[in-house]
Amino acid sequence: MNAAVLQPVEQALTQKIQVKNLNFYYGKFQALKSINLDITERKVTAFIGPSGCGKSTLLRTFNRMYALYPNQEAQGEILLDGENILDPSQDLNRLRAKVGMVFQKPTPFPMSIHDNIAFGVRLYESLSPREMEERVEWALRKAALWEEVKDKLKQSGTSLSGGQQQRLCIARGIAVKPEVLLLDEPASALDPISTGRIEELVHELKNDYTIVIVTHNMQQAARVSDYTAYMYLGEMVEFGVTDEVFIKPKKKETEDYITGRFG
Amino acid sequence: MDLYTRRLLINRFNLIVSLLTMLFGLFWLGWILFTLFKAGFGGLSAKLFLEMTPPPGSDGGLLNAIMGSLLMGAAGTLLGTPVGIMAGIYLAEFGSRGWLAPVTRFISDILLSAPSIVVGLFIYEAYVVRVGHFSGWAGAFALALIVVPVVIRTTENMLRLVPDSLREAAAALGAPQWKVIVLVTVRAAKAGIITGILLAIARISGETAPLLFTSLNNQFWTSNMNAPMANLPVVIFQFAMSPYEDWHKLAWAGALLITLSVLALNVFARVFFRNRTATY
Amino acid sequence: MSAVVNPLQRRAQADPAALMSRTISDASLRKHYRLDQLFRHATRFFACLVLALLAGILISLLVGSLSSIRTFGFGFFASAEWNPVTEQFGALVPIVGTLTTSAIALLIGIPVSFGIALFLTELSPKWLRRPLGTAVELLAAIPSIIYGMWGLFVFAPVFATHVQPIIKSTLGSIPVIGTLFKGPPMGIGVLTAGIILAIMVIPFIASVMRDVFEIVPAVLKESAYALGSTTWEVVWHVVLPYTKVGVVGGIMLGLGRALGETMAVTFVIGNAHRLSASLMEPGNSIASALANEFTEAVGDLYLSALIELGLVLFFITFVVLALSKLLLLRLARREGRMT
Repeated sequence: MNAAVLQPVEQALTQKIQVKNLNFYYGKFQALKSINLDITERKVTAFIGPSGCGKSTLLRTFNRMYALYPNQEAQGEILLDGENILDPSQDLNRLRAKVGMVFQKPTPFPMSIHDNIAFGVRLYESLSPREMEERVEWALRKAALWEEVKDKLKQSGTSLSGGQQQRLCIARGIAVKPEVLLLDEPASALDPISTGRIEELVHELKNDYTIVIVTHNMQQAARVSDYTAYMYLGEMVEFGVTDEVFIKPKKKETEDYITGRFG
Repeated sequence: MDLYTRRLLINRFNLIVSLLTMLFGLFWLGWILFTLFKAGFGGLSAKLFLEMTPPPGSDGGLLNAIMGSLLMGAAGTLLGTPVGIMAGIYLAEFGSRGWLAPVTRFISDILLSAPSIVVGLFIYEAYVVRVGHFSGWAGAFALALIVVPVVIRTTENMLRLVPDSLREAAAALGAPQWKVIVLVTVRAAKAGIITGILLAIARISGETAPLLFTSLNNQFWTSNMNAPMANLPVVIFQFAMSPYEDWHKLAWAGALLITLSVLALNVFARVFFRNRTATY
Repeated sequence: MSAVVNPLQRRAQADPAALMSRTISDASLRKHYRLDQLFRHATRFFACLVLALLAGILISLLVGSLSSIRTFGFGFFASAEWNPVTEQFGALVPIVGTLTTSAIALLIGIPVSFGIALFLTELSPKWLRRPLGTAVELLAAIPSIIYGMWGLFVFAPVFATHVQPIIKSTLGSIPVIGTLFKGPPMGIGVLTAGIILAIMVIPFIASVMRDVFEIVPAVLKESAYALGSTTWEVVWHVVLPYTKVGVVGGIMLGLGRALGETMAVTFVIGNAHRLSASLMEPGNSIASALANEFTEAVGDLYLSALIELGLVLFFITFVVLALSKLLLLRLARREGRMT
């Protein structure tokens, strides 16, 4: 376990995920080029950049979601708590139980709200019905959805509104108590009010989880994250503390993107 | 006549012809249904469902035939559906690599449109000859062979409609692949898969050829699947091709019965599908 | 302030309630893995079963026709003789009958289906589309035995009294074509069978055509209209070429159905093992020969000849369907996956 201290604070900050020389290919097309960065534990790291820059691709390497598809290949190292998750011997299911993901489009399973949340929990834990109800309530409260659905837990997950469905997916993701949460443009399909709620949620969740969020909305990145990475055409252009990246970017390309001169 | 007027006339002409073809199609549909109802309605009575197929010249019903069709249809569906669903799952979920999936899909499509009489011939050679007698089971096997390609096609299509993001969401929780497929993907496609099964049932309800030399026919009541079994289509065939008036009447009544069931199943399947599919 | 931190320890201090120690056991992961393998093998088994079924059909038909193949060889296909008494069998009559009735079915069916598809997509008012489409599909759902009965008891007499005389006096008097329409107007026969088959395949071909016409992008049609084209011109010059892959597929599907159709043809084709130049005469198709004679065939050679007929039918439909699928694949690849 490495402990690289980024800034002098009373608590030492650990690097939860360390990416070393990551290259990613869709068939012959190289989508990520020599990425190096560290994700700090219990902080929010945002990936920003124009469409096609590779931010979602990078996010999806952290839980090896790409492994579902042939012709997608990652080379390099990604260390999660010191273990290389790109190693072929890495058990994917175990990895995904530790690293959770919420997608851009809300994806409620075709089951009741209760079962949606219980689904992931049941995979690895055997809880009594009472304990399961407690866990479901806990997850829904954390996702700020409990008050709205507490009377209709038996109804189908698809009967909720878009914003509620997305919060359901977030609840589902945290119910299994992962260590890392990956959010792939979680609010881009939602209206502004739901977006605001999701952002509040991220703020609260970072006390317990390491969060990596991909967003095409720069203001959202500035509001929500502690660290920001700007990517362009598969390369990591700049990475640093959010305030520094947005106020005093080190690279001209970053400044152009942020000021809207480009993208 | 200048070019422009000619083009307009050609357009008008062809559109009128198109209307005529539509009317042409409707005309046949109307005539057939009208005939069916006129000839068959008189024969519809409680007796149809209570008495056995009679010898020529006496009164009777179609009870044993109806029973046989129901038994063999149910058996055929129960045998063919699991095969079709599992193969359909293979094609949709595991079929992106290798040669087995494209070949299976190809073969299944061919079997889908293959002549059903050949299916009957196959079961005759492979089963009836071996056990030495016709039977309800042979008929059920033949019907199962017709069910399988229909269910494969609809299962695969419905599973493909389920968006990948749903599968990824389940995988992202660490679910093993079989749970993703069984508990999430198949469940999401449930309505469509059931519709496919209903359509397969509608299809085998009207099939005569595969039963001609497998289950044969039986004048009497039997619930023994291991013996020749009466069934509606073959009975109708026998009665209609005969010279006896009362047999003709029964044949029309049976024909009306089959048509009504098939149409009802089709309509029900469509309505069911429309109401139950969740939109993503 | 220690440089080396234990995250688990820290989390326990920060939020004890949240940390219910959840360790994912190796045993449960192994179980998941085993079940995954099992499931994959199970589905693969059933896919292989489908292949085995096809192989089974081919093999059993071959085995059953062996004695007929050995006895008659290739002469089977050239002989019009069909005599159960002298045990001389030839496939010419049924094969010709199958091909002729299917050809008639397509000749009538393709233009009519095209017209119906055109009507449904371009001409029909919106509110009429769904009911008309359902009506077309109903035509497809009617079991073939119904077509057979209706054909024999209702259509054939009307055809004999009202239509056939007209055909004979008009087309029948033209020198060469006239031979196609010789013979007494009995109502049943090859022509009648072909017409009934046409009515049966129309809903199949029309549905496929309608489906592919509907997914032509609106912008494509609009660009043609924007140049001043009439509706007909848009359909003929833009829609049809764009959808030709699907259209061909639909036609082949209809052909496959026509070739194998049993009950409708059996009722009206007349079951006569006689080769005749006239369409008005009765004839035979492979499927109807099988349906009529199989259960009464005595003698191994008779049975074997019939099974060889079945093999021939299966072979013909297999080739037609395989060709259509390959054609679709080739066209789709060449056009970069259009439609």
